[in-house]
Amino acid sequence: MQTSNKVLPSQRVKASRGKIHIIKERCKQCNLCISFCPKQVLRRSDDINEKGYHIPEAIEEPEKDKICMACGFCEVVCPDFAIWIEERIDK
Amino acid sequence: MNTQTTAESEQHPIEKWLRSERMPHMWCAGCGVGPTLYAWIRAPDRVGIPREKVVYVSGIGCCGRGSGYLNVDGFHTTHGRAIPFAIGLKLARPELCVSVISGDGDLFSIGGNHFIHACRRNVDLLVICTNNFIYGMTGGQLAPTTLLGDRATTAPYGNVEPSFSTPHLADAAGAVYVARWTSIHLRRLEKSIAEALQMKGFRYIEVLSPCPVNYGRRNKLPEPDDIAEWFRQSSVIRNGANTSEISIEKGKPLILGDFVKRTGKPTFYEVMKELEGRVKPR
Ligand code: SF4
Ligand code: SF4
Repeated sequence: MQTSNKVLPSQRVKASRGKIHIIKERCKQCNLCISFCPKQVLRRSDDINEKGYHIPEAIEEPEKDKICMACGFCEVVCPDFAIWIEERIDK
Repeated sequence: MNTQTTAESEQHPIEKWLRSERMPHMWCAGCGVGPTLYAWIRAPDRVGIPREKVVYVSGIGCCGRGSGYLNVDGFHTTHGRAIPFAIGLKLARPELCVSVISGDGDLFSIGGNHFIHACRRNVDLLVICTNNFIYGMTGGQLAPTTLLGDRATTAPYGNVEPSFSTPHLADAAGAVYVARWTSIHLRRLEKSIAEALQMKGFRYIEVLSPCPVNYGRRNKLPEPDDIAEWFRQSSVIRNGANTSEISIEKGKPLILGDFVKRTGKPTFYEVMKELEGRVKPR
């Protein structure tokens, strides 16, 4: 899913930004957060938890518009309550 | 086990609703029960119902385990009997906000009669069914909600029995609120639960829910993403749709929405109270 912010003067609008928290030992590598992130910020990492699941990691690339916008979809869709978003407002 | 820190601002927003020491839970990767519970947990906050007033009654099955994972008052009852337990609880403590969250097998097969009679009597309950089209916990046997043609361990050549359309059943039996969502339509589900929590009488919400392990694997949808994609591609939201036209068939649109909202029907408790006022002790 591609989103465009051409219509908004993005420098002047205060956009929500999110900080992604992952509770490592709860993740079961179902991939839902990764496929649901509209900004494609998440990907599967090489890091594994105690049960051997590869947990997601957040890689933000602002130049490609891959920034967490705190939409919180990963948080609601995660079956394991393993990922959550702390919203912050960028000045 | 957990890596989360203790400060409230540093916790998962629903952490106080969870029995954190019991996490990670037993549900498989990608199971739809977790997101359904998440939506249910968020709804009372939305409408200002305190956690102390909320009760969760569950039956047997994967979804039934939920009452043990949440930090709210609850019952994990015997198979199919979640609704009778909940009716007793609600009659004895009418101030509580009682929800039954259970699976399709528990509510419609083993507990099928309890369901229709609770609708008929308009007992004051919110019933949420996570319908994953299969008996998940026992290894993928045919359920009354398995779709025509689907494979199950007890239907290796494909299911030949028509399935229940549970919203239609609830509507026909007299439920005052009937809705259907999926475990990826979570904002709408949360809104729908919040609305139902504020109503009186028998309210029913079906949540189509992925069981990648026991349903998906046998039906060419082995990954959690495959079932999510099926829901995403086929869902059509049609609020107020006629419930006789929304049965689920493979290859056809999945009709979601709020289908039924009835007002003015007295609840079982109100009828009993009225009777109590009329009947004089001898
Ligand atoms: S949705 Fe949750 S369990 Fe699934 S991969 Fe993401 S963090 Fe892990
Ligand atoms: S068997 Fe199916 S319903 Fe049960 S926990 Fe696993 S995915 Fe969920």
